[in-house]
Amino acid sequence: MVPRWRQLQEQIVGSQIWKSIFRVGIPNTNRKRVLAMLGNVVLHLHPVKTRKSGVKMRYTWCAGGVTFFLFLVLTFTGLLLMFYYRPTVEYAFVDILDLREQVPFGIMREVHRWGAHAMVISVWIHMFRVFMTGSYKPPREFNWVIGVILLVLTLLLSFTGYLLPWDQLAIWAITVGSNMASATPLIGIQGPGTGLLKIGDIPLVTSTNDARFGLLGGRFVGAGALLRFYVLHCVGIPLIAAFLMAVHFWRVRKDGGISGPV
Amino acid sequence: MATVEKQVPSPSDEVLADGLTRRSTLKGMTAAWLGFTAATVVGLTATVRFLFPNVLFEPPTRFKAGDPSTYSPGVDERWKEKFGVWIVRNTESIYALVAVCVHLGCTPNWLAAQNKFKCPCHGSGYYVSGINFEGPAPRPLERAEITLSPDDGQIVVDKATRYLYERGQWSDAKAFVKMV
Repeated sequence: MVPRWRQLQEQIVGSQIWKSIFRVGIPNTNRKRVLAMLGNVVLHLHPVKTRKSGVKMRYTWCAGGVTFFLFLVLTFTGLLLMFYYRPTVEYAFVDILDLREQVPFGIMREVHRWGAHAMVISVWIHMFRVFMTGSYKPPREFNWVIGVILLVLTLLLSFTGYLLPWDQLAIWAITVGSNMASATPLIGIQGPGTGLLKIGDIPLVTSTNDARFGLLGGRFVGAGALLRFYVLHCVGIPLIAAFLMAVHFWRVRKDGGISGPV
Repeated sequence: MATVEKQVPSPSDEVLADGLTRRSTLKGMTAAWLGFTAATVVGLTATVRFLFPNVLFEPPTRFKAGDPSTYSPGVDERWKEKFGVWIVRNTESIYALVAVCVHLGCTPNWLAAQNKFKCPCHGSGYYVSGINFEGPAPRPLERAEITLSPDDGQIVVDKATRYLYERGQWSDAKAFVKMV
């Protein structure tokens, strides 16, 4: 007599729903393990096999994993913050204060803020580890470049997020930071070579069409800049970063997994 | 044995399937790629142009600043908030100082008690004249064009035209308004 729980188990495991999700069955052979990894869009980014050294904390510091984890934390807390924060000159600052004073678990904003600091630090640590272990060497040089772009995107996320509280520190920090864009060659108003771009006496690049203006949506840090930075911070840069992260992880897999000690 | 000369068609006129020739295929592909490239260029141009609006809802750079007689000697802050300009009157003239620190672009404060402009960001200090004397500022504040309106005698300030001390432009005709 087959016990009842066994019957139930076979019913569940034999159902169409179960089989459509777990297609390979229990991955108890190497072939099944590979198929399970390759048949799943999330898992297939990850190497099928990981070297012993790849899970050794003293070797990897897990800095890349920590960075990815923090990205997920920041995506989640950021999404929650978007329910309360309005990116306008009128509301931005008071919404930040309200998050602290009026919203239960408004500490979410601090988690987002400290998480952001931590991510910048962990991404540098990851880069340092990869450099010190020589993991940028062929065939991983392509992935190193992807990683450098991801580092820049992390810094840009940090920079765009810095403006959103809309306090004095934010406004003047972005004023100072975005002034760098005016020094862009040819398309920044103070950049090298920009002075050459003119028709007769009329300059082609002015304070209303140079690189800084494109960034700020105005000649100074105002309503346009707040909205642009908000959109870049919440949608634009995270989308690009998420795509490049997928490439980054997939490349790790394709280039032979996490590099091990020579 | 006589060799039979076979008429070999030129490769470019060779008819492939469905009446396509190599020549017409290449022509079609060239046209398609040119069209695709042109569409991409147009699309990218439109995207970039989209980021630069035609109308700016910012204060105009040129504004009327009232009658000269309404200014008493010293630094006047009435236009600082809206236009970012100090109107300064001394014994013989009136000039307009642009309230943007030449170090990194913050807005300095006018400290009347200490008789100086002081930037809160990195501590650059300027005399009433606009000449820098402390902090990281590499040069004096900029002055804006200042004239008297021919219609009503009001002061007209134009921030779009700047006069720089280091180029010796502060003595130019429109860098100040003579007071008698």
